Amino acid sequence: MVPARVRPSRQVWMRFRRKKTALFGLAGAALFVAVAVFAPLLAPYGTMDMGPSFQPPGAEHILGTDSLGSDVLSNMILGTRTSLIVGLCAVLTSNAIGLTVGAIAGYFGGRTDNILMRVTEMFQILPQFFLAIIVVALFGSSIWNIVFVIGILTWPVTARLLRAEFLSLRKREFVDAARALGMSDFDLIVREILPNALPPIIVNASLQISGAILLEASLSFLGLGDPEAMSWGIMLHNAQEYFNRAWWMAAFPGLALFTTTLALNLTGDGLNDALNPRLRT
Amino acid sequence: MSADALLTIEGLKKHFPVRGRLFNRSNDSVKAVDGVSLSVRKGETLGLVGESGCGKSTLGRCLLRLEEPTGGRIVFDGQDLLTLDKPAMRRLRRDMQIIFQDPYSSLNPRKAVGAIIGDAFRVHGLHKGAGRRRKVEELLSLVGLRPEHYDRFPHEFSGGQRQRIGIARALALDPKFIVADEAVSALDVSIQAQILNLLVSLQRRLGLTYIFISHNLGVVRHVSDRVGVMYLGRIVELAPTAALFARPAHPYTEALLSAVPRPSVGTASKRIILAGDPPSPLRPPSGCAFHPRCPHRQDICMRETPPLKDLAPDRAAACHFPLTLAAATPAATH
Repeated sequence: MVPARVRPSRQVWMRFRRKKTALFGLAGAALFVAVAVFAPLLAPYGTMDMGPSFQPPGAEHILGTDSLGSDVLSNMILGTRTSLIVGLCAVLTSNAIGLTVGAIAGYFGGRTDNILMRVTEMFQILPQFFLAIIVVALFGSSIWNIVFVIGILTWPVTARLLRAEFLSLRKREFVDAARALGMSDFDLIVREILPNALPPIIVNASLQISGAILLEASLSFLGLGDPEAMSWGIMLHNAQEYFNRAWWMAAFPGLALFTTTLALNLTGDGLNDALNPRLRT
Repeated sequence: MSADALLTIEGLKKHFPVRGRLFNRSNDSVKAVDGVSLSVRKGETLGLVGESGCGKSTLGRCLLRLEEPTGGRIVFDGQDLLTLDKPAMRRLRRDMQIIFQDPYSSLNPRKAVGAIIGDAFRVHGLHKGAGRRRKVEELLSLVGLRPEHYDRFPHEFSGGQRQRIGIARALALDPKFIVADEAVSALDVSIQAQILNLLVSLQRRLGLTYIFISHNLGVVRHVSDRVGVMYLGRIVELAPTAALFARPAHPYTEALLSAVPRPSVGTASKRIILAGDPPSPLRPPSGCAFHPRCPHRQDICMRETPPLKDLAPDRAAACHFPLTLAAATPAATH
């Protein structure tokens, strides 16, 4: 059994670090965040430093240069920041809506639940790219519009997850006990039920970040990205025409996207294993 | 109802609607509590017994409005509970508390003991600052735990200790009335005795009034002053403990008592075996709900529901043909 005198949060860490892939994922995710934060310091060239175009990877430009002659590695490093901002902000938006809707639906149940779930389903059937194209066409392609679109598209999953947790947790006796003490509905939701409902939400959020990064890349790849912000998707978009001539323009941003998504998914998977043998004893 | 009653219930009902299929609305409902009237006197322990599913827990939960009753009246300390709005009800909750059956699910696994108990004070804005911790530590000592347990989490305790935490939480607001809903059923027998004795001694020290819900007759007999026997959402017999155990008036009570194993040698007491299962509360039998299983049934039992009526001072049963009580009480006038 669990040794006494160990806080629940510490138990989660102890279980998490048992799995090598999870630690690998966490290291990757940490590297991704670090690169994003220190991007301007790490990039060897600025975006405006143009040199000769289509330089293959070599001593001067480690990952080569693109069609305009700017350094692929530098662009990738600066693109990390866009990915992180989009990933985090989209997930924050999505969870702000999803958690509110899910908690209210699951806690009050009945008619409230019914109405909120029907609304949720309406959002779930929205075709992703169609909505994205409309928003970009109407409001322009800033990364904030992309964040908004991703948030709108992904909150239903969070809402349904949290609702399911709430439906089972609200019947537990500790909730009744707190209600019997005179706790308000708001306190019951936020202090009693929510902390117990978070594990699947945390796991989902870590997977959502990688989903958001991929979605932003897809949109940019199709030319719907923010032209002001350097991003991996835009690099891929620019590389399309020159794939035969300069494979490095597409390969390295693609690889970055792949490893980042992988690292985030492994972290989420590890969190899932660490959080799910619930601390219920 | 008597003047010294702390709690009076009149015709309390809790029906759970049964959902029909789409386009086929069902008007059926499970009548978990179906017209219960009784009163609890200040300082007494009223035991409630009955088989699983007879509605005793639902009744207890209705009293605290953890379940919203379908009908009836609950008068607690002069106030009609069912007419109170949310804020007024929250204030009144200080006076009435509950101890739950399952010590594992009744404590929030993500909160330390200090927060679990201290929340009672936080909610009502009592004992702010350092005084709160001291107060919680006092409560821990009161229920036989140590003040050092303040920072521990529920998973670090045994079942009996957890039940003590639940009791400390129930006592925190200095209530007048506590519903103990199967409070010892989930515990080992040796621990049961400890918790029961704790409850009894707390009652003496703090002048508490209990409703003690249990399916265990031995436990109810040990702690109760009076006992109510429930069958299918109704009280079928209500009597002082000693009298009820000595001479049950309702055939159902008699059958329940005969099922209690008695450690006596030689005298094999005759056991009354009830035929069949308790009927579905969805479609209770006509007339007296007990009639299909009753050894003494007559025609009238299938037609008319017997009301709970007084047989003698302080004794009542809901039966057309109550078993004769001692001392030639003219029980049945039929």
